[in-house]
Amino acid sequence: MAQELAPVIELDGLEVRFGDRVILKGLAASLTGRSIGLLGPNGAGKSTLLNTLLGFHRPSAGTARILGRDIRREPRAVRSLIGYMPENDSFIAGMSGVRFVRLMAELAGLPKAEALERAHEAFFYVGLGEVRYRALGTYSLGMKQAAKLAQAIAHGPKLLFLDEPTNGLDPPARLRMIQLIREIRDRGDLHLIVSSHLLRDVEECCDEVLILKDGVIAAFCNLEEERRANKRFLEMETRGELNGNFVEAIRGLGCETAPGVQGRLKVVLPEGLEVRRLYEIAAAQDVQIRRLNHRRDSLEDIFLKAMEAADGRL
Amino acid sequence: MAVYKKTYQPYEGALTARWARLLVIPRYAFEDLHRRRFLSIFFVCSFIYPLICAVIIWVQHNASALSLINAQGAEHLISINVVFFLSLLGWQSMMGLFLAAFVGPGQVSPDLANNALSLYLARPFSRAEYVLSKMSVLVILLSLMTWVPGLLLFGLESYLEGWSWAVDHARIASGLFFGAWIWILLLALLALALSAWVKWRAAAGALMFGVFFVLSAFGAVINGVVRTNWGHLFNVSYLVGSVWVWMFEGGQPTTNGAVFFRAPRGETLPLWTSWVGLSVLALICLYMLARKIRGAEVVR
Repeated sequence: MAQELAPVIELDGLEVRFGDRVILKGLAASLTGRSIGLLGPNGAGKSTLLNTLLGFHRPSAGTARILGRDIRREPRAVRSLIGYMPENDSFIAGMSGVRFVRLMAELAGLPKAEALERAHEAFFYVGLGEVRYRALGTYSLGMKQAAKLAQAIAHGPKLLFLDEPTNGLDPPARLRMIQLIREIRDRGDLHLIVSSHLLRDVEECCDEVLILKDGVIAAFCNLEEERRANKRFLEMETRGELNGNFVEAIRGLGCETAPGVQGRLKVVLPEGLEVRRLYEIAAAQDVQIRRLNHRRDSLEDIFLKAMEAADGRL
Repeated sequence: MAVYKKTYQPYEGALTARWARLLVIPRYAFEDLHRRRFLSIFFVCSFIYPLICAVIIWVQHNASALSLINAQGAEHLISINVVFFLSLLGWQSMMGLFLAAFVGPGQVSPDLANNALSLYLARPFSRAEYVLSKMSVLVILLSLMTWVPGLLLFGLESYLEGWSWAVDHARIASGLFFGAWIWILLLALLALALSAWVKWRAAAGALMFGVFFVLSAFGAVINGVVRTNWGHLFNVSYLVGSVWVWMFEGGQPTTNGAVFFRAPRGETLPLWTSWVGLSVLALICLYMLARKIRGAEVVR
């Protein structure tokens, strides 16, 4: 349990400049989740952040630590912990899939025999077992995505960077990819960073979300906590106008209430109180409940709120 | 358990040493080269000239062999001296240029053309290690073509002539070794830099020849138009040849170079200019590699 709370990624005033342009502006955060989503519009700095953590860009100020290893002082150790699935097509056209994954696993430090065995396993795992001897250049887009995932996991990393993992996939292939990511996450052997502009992908795969905007952290939330909070938040509609006694009785249960017009009522349930009790009170007060919804503050709401500029515009 | 039934699992086994990972890329490259029949045949053919040289050395010291074919006194036709070994190095180096033009661009351009660099460099594998690994493929092949047969022939001659000959001609051995290394490093750097820059194997191969033949023609035009010798600075084989002559003979040369690497008589430039010219070329290649061999392109 203590391991769960140890930070996966610590951003410590991380700043990255390309010439005069500041791309990442002193990011500071401590990410502890099993699966962390990285969201943001184009140009927000998502890819730059991943590339900096991988050591492709040198920070101009600050630093970051991955599983306790400093990216400035121990870049080699950091990269030995990571599996990386890049956004763009990345392969060697003339090579067969399994040979390519084996090469990558060997470069990560696996001995020849183990690398070959794990390359085969990884290919079967991502559903490409039957085509593993075909040249990568002949793969479809979905197969290339899966092959990229295979090379990212073959060496058994502790942290997996997935940059737009469902890019260009058709719906069945996307579902399969999401399923794979969730399966890897649920095994609990490694941490995931999923960078995507698709909110649905992040919502389905991640338990923490870091939202970037213009190189700064616009929002950081724990989706699991948000979901839990949402479960306590109800929107109710009764027949006719609200009955004052009914509202009082609900308050008597420890609920917070906010009456609206036309019989509408917003209710925040206290911990431990079941929704059934509301129905019981309604029956006792002779109030007919016509609608009762859990309010769902979706990731889209969180994202849009984070994207709102100071003047309220997106 | 059958491989297709296995699911994802972390790797907890032993890892290879850092130096061992440097050998991974060359091993894969040699497996690929072995499958290319033309290159294999070309590589084998490149040993014909050293084989002929070995026969000449052996015949030189076997009067009975000459008398068998009624060629008494033929040993005086070819002398085993600086020119003999310079010619060997020159011929083999030119073969090396062809091999580097065929093999070199295929090392880097496929990685760059398909964005595979980010995958290499996302592992505990640095840019310098990547370049060294890729260079080592050419270094091994070109070594086998140049200084290795050169030193073997030097050893054969020393064995047959007597070890005092080896001591008297030690400069030839060092010239073979270091002269070949200059050429090998230059070719390897150039092949990788050009293929990194153009990302297209065929074009990079053609550019290799362009650097040697078109630039030397350009230098000759400058010499002709401006009536100077400084145009030779664009002639890479001239620069290498003049350095070789110094390495083989020191400050009192009796020859003006070897096949393909000869400086026209009376048109020599100061030796330091050759060193500077070669160094500048190597630095340009390193700069090109430093710009292109990156995990992620930076758009400023």
